[in-house]
Amino acid sequence: MTALLAHLQVPGPFPNPVTRPFWDAVQNHQLALQRCADCRKWVFYARHHCPHCWSQTLSWEAASGKGVLKSFSVIHRAGHSAWQAATPYLIALVQLDEGPTMLSQLLVDDPTQARIGGAVSLRCVQVGERMLPFFEPSGDDHAN
Amino acid sequence: MSLHQASIIGISELKPQRSTVGQTTLDFISSAVIQAVADAGLEKDAVDGLLVGPQVGETPQHVPATVAEYLGIQPRMSNVVDLGGASGAGMVWRAAAAIAAGMCDTVVCVLANVREADPPRSPNRNPIREFDVPFGASGANISYALPMQRHMDEFGSTPEQFARIAAIARQNAQLNPNAIFYGKPATTQDILASPLIASPLHLYEIVMPVAGGAAVVVTNKRRARGLRHPPVHLLGAGEKVTHRAISQAPSLTSGPLKAAMEHAFRQSGLRAADMSLLSLYDCYTIMVALTLEDAGLCAPGQFGPWMDEHCFDHLGDHPLNTHGGQLACGQADLAGGMGHIIEAVRQLRHAAGPRQIPNAESALITGNGATVSEAVALVLGADS
Repeated sequence: MTALLAHLQVPGPFPNPVTRPFWDAVQNHQLALQRCADCRKWVFYARHHCPHCWSQTLSWEAASGKGVLKSFSVIHRAGHSAWQAATPYLIALVQLDEGPTMLSQLLVDDPTQARIGGAVSLRCVQVGERMLPFFEPSGDDHAN
Repeated sequence: MSLHQASIIGISELKPQRSTVGQTTLDFISSAVIQAVADAGLEKDAVDGLLVGPQVGETPQHVPATVAEYLGIQPRMSNVVDLGGASGAGMVWRAAAAIAAGMCDTVVCVLANVREADPPRSPNRNPIREFDVPFGASGANISYALPMQRHMDEFGSTPEQFARIAAIARQNAQLNPNAIFYGKPATTQDILASPLIASPLHLYEIVMPVAGGAAVVVTNKRRARGLRHPPVHLLGAGEKVTHRAISQAPSLTSGPLKAAMEHAFRQSGLRAADMSLLSLYDCYTIMVALTLEDAGLCAPGQFGPWMDEHCFDHLGDHPLNTHGGQLACGQADLAGGMGHIIEAVRQLRHAAGPRQIPNAESALITGNGATVSEAVALVLGADS
């Protein structure tokens, strides 16, 4: 699966100065999130202001890379034709332990392994020319 | 006890088509407007307000001026309403507000689209383009598959219960010769036998994109009587926008329509259970399920058992999308949402022909845009 992903020619992200630290961290196989110095809440995706309290004092912190699977969909027909070669793949909503939810892919051999509420962990993979923050079921997963 | 003094006096709907060649959106818009104004029994100079939708690719800016010039009208109020599938319902409330504010007297609200073989993709540089698309999550299907999977996990709802919503749409469409699936009924088993696109969504649980258009004419209630058709009155409205990307949704099993409908019902003094017609936005089966639950017709998670106990054709106890909805008519882009208004007006004029709901008095119309994120609800009432 991941060998196939490395050869996909698919649309990549367009980082801007505000979001670039997120992608730089992914390049090093890490998840970084903004955190508000005033209300202390975590923010995803990266912004100029905190969406919780409108403070401008956002700073980057390392995130745990851990979360739970909030929902998923097994994609049989991709919305973008360049992704069709990778079907079936599993789009996931991951609620990070820090609070925010992000959309990603869950890397599983068998889609029936996916369990809503199950623990997942960051696994950065090469997709075409870029590294992307995907997830996989956690080794110590006691799905509830 | 309506807070609004506005009524719908004219409607039009272009027959949906699978594809078009060499036609422009402006052609479709002008056809829809001219037919709606004629339906109202008015001359073109009576129109002094214009509400249009965004037109990605074809006329990206100055849309109202472009449309007004093409039609040869000079409105005193014009604007773009950009609420996805909720745009049509959002237009009706904005038209009523503009009339109440003295901006204009008679507003035409129009949405239409052509459909070439290879439609242009919208040029995006928004957060979805950066944080969804690179992960293989392009297009709308995923944003409805994710709430549906969550609903099944949280409440134990079944694929059969969702598929039945599409089967009901197909059945109701057999009384609407304009529907894309007219002459093509489908059972729950047929829906489930269609290919999985983005699990748990099957192909026939997803609207078919088509070309088409629709328009409505809104005017002051005082001017609305004595025209070609009985007026249909705006009794209540509500609106809510909560997010854009599905990852940012406050909930996956309840949407902004809940607040929008509560507001619309509070204004109208009516309840969901009172409605002669449920004209509910149905881009996907899950959208109808969430709306029935958010309307309070059943408890959260219980749309399936509730639907088993009710009947949804024009003679049933809860007539639902008597035209077949978008699931059976096809989705003419933003105009698909306006189709739910058009059908409600037909029913409340008592002009729905063989699918007429006996003694139809009131209708709930819902509009939904983006990722269960843009919501508008209207309560309309027949003239008495």
